[in-house]
Amino acid sequence: MTAIALRDVRLTLGDRVVLDTITLDIAAGEFVGVLGPNGAGKTTLMRALLGLVPANRGAIQILGRPATRGNPAVGYLPQVHAAPMAGHLSGWDFIASVVDGHRLGLPLTGRAGRREIERALDRVGALALARRPLAEISGGERQRLLLAQALIGSPKLLLLDEPLISLDPRHQTEVIGLVKSLQRELRITVLFSAHELNPLLGVIDRVLYLGSGQAALGTVDEVITGPVLSRLYGSEIEVVRIKGRIFVMSGGHELEGDGHRHDAHAPHSHGHHHAHSGHA
Amino acid sequence: MRRIRTDITTHIPAMLEYDFMRNAFAAATIVAVVAGAVGYFLVLRSQTFAGHALAHVGFTGATGAVLIGVSPLWGLVLVTLAAGLGMGFMGEKLAQRDVAIGLVLALALGLGLLFLHFFTAYASQATALLFGNVLAVDVQTVWTLLGLGAISIALLAVVSRPLLFASLQPELAEAKGVSLRLYSVLFLAIVALTTAECAQIVGVLLVFALMVGPAAAAMRLTHAVATGVLLSVVLAVVEAWLGLTLAFYTDWPTSFWITALSVAIYLLANLRWPAVVRT
Repeated sequence: MTAIALRDVRLTLGDRVVLDTITLDIAAGEFVGVLGPNGAGKTTLMRALLGLVPANRGAIQILGRPATRGNPAVGYLPQVHAAPMAGHLSGWDFIASVVDGHRLGLPLTGRAGRREIERALDRVGALALARRPLAEISGGERQRLLLAQALIGSPKLLLLDEPLISLDPRHQTEVIGLVKSLQRELRITVLFSAHELNPLLGVIDRVLYLGSGQAALGTVDEVITGPVLSRLYGSEIEVVRIKGRIFVMSGGHELEGDGHRHDAHAPHSHGHHHAHSGHA
Repeated sequence: MRRIRTDITTHIPAMLEYDFMRNAFAAATIVAVVAGAVGYFLVLRSQTFAGHALAHVGFTGATGAVLIGVSPLWGLVLVTLAAGLGMGFMGEKLAQRDVAIGLVLALALGLGLLFLHFFTAYASQATALLFGNVLAVDVQTVWTLLGLGAISIALLAVVSRPLLFASLQPELAEAKGVSLRLYSVLFLAIVALTTAECAQIVGVLLVFALMVGPAAAAMRLTHAVATGVLLSVVLAVVEAWLGLTLAFYTDWPTSFWITALSVAIYLLANLRWPAVVRT
């Protein structure tokens, strides 16, 4: 079963072509890390999969059907989460707004809805958090709640847009572990976009790297190579591996995670360990 | 103690023996209920400025209506509604351009003044429109307010679930098939109606007192949406009743008392209480 199938897809934002002639298949149950420089189209791709950005050309199929808005089989964790005043509300009320949120009527949650929320919260270990106002919980705890929310409606595909942003390394590991266990236990497909590859190593099945309007999908060893990334960045890229961590370098500077991690051990060693050049 | 009780039992009915006070209480109650409920969503969506803007534009409508011999209330309703729909269709990005809005507001008030100038016989109505004159509300206006209020509340009730979703998590709501534009337009139409109603009680300049104060205070006191809306309504009604009562006994303007109470309650709600209403 194919969870996501793109055939010759072109996506544009205004006049700008973000992605062009993209063809790829992601199998059901896969955990795919989505990477690429800012503006490479990670969010646009997710919005296209949700049916919010129409493809200018080509076809997008989600679980065997054309991508459309409001597909209950797709769970989504957007990058911009909430209205500023939402911080006054409890996590529970925030999450509950998604239950039948598209239907007219009063926003009262019935018994079935309450049970579903409880189940989702329980699954991510956030039952105790849900009574507190959003403004008073930590970023890691908030991601936990939002993951619970994304599970409501029992989706088969989870699109997580930068869920690690502004989290410290400990909480990053926690969120990744949680998503991994959800993906395994619920047998769902996960698309997980991130600024940095390293936290996702060992968790993702494949990586989808976007850049210069193109995409490369494959295992880490296939995609994270000098030649493939040089093509995606449109400039000379070196891939350096140190103690199981991977650094994507351009002219001696690390490219990934710019500004997001200050503890990045930027390798100053000039004896570059060139990555094996397996092609995608 | 007994002295106070007899005071209350003799004075409250005394106050309500006057027709104008009965009308004022009825009108204030209707408007406070609507303003409390609509205001909660207005504050939640951080669109309080839109409410203020609509009221200003409404002033032009009211004075324009007077100029052509129509009831100012209908001028208010029509123009705020048109402005609300317009703002909704223009989209939030345009509505957030504060320079443009500021200029439109200034122009609206200026035009309102011009209309008043042409119709000097009604110049005294300026104060009533700007600062409200609830004690002058007649029975017919009470019925009109009841009708308008019922429409506002009914509309809000019908759209409240998707509106809440769209307000709290626009990206997710959009992905789930909720039209952000549609609910933005509908909500601003509801706000416009409510603003027109509020203006009858506290005037176009002070609609904040009924639409924003109680809702903002309620949001500080409870973290649940349903409780928050109810609390906002209760606070608005209490503020309106207390304001009328204080105005009756002090002979100071009702609008002053309502705004003073609104601000006082908001400030009290912001003090660090040990959680008052927790759900």
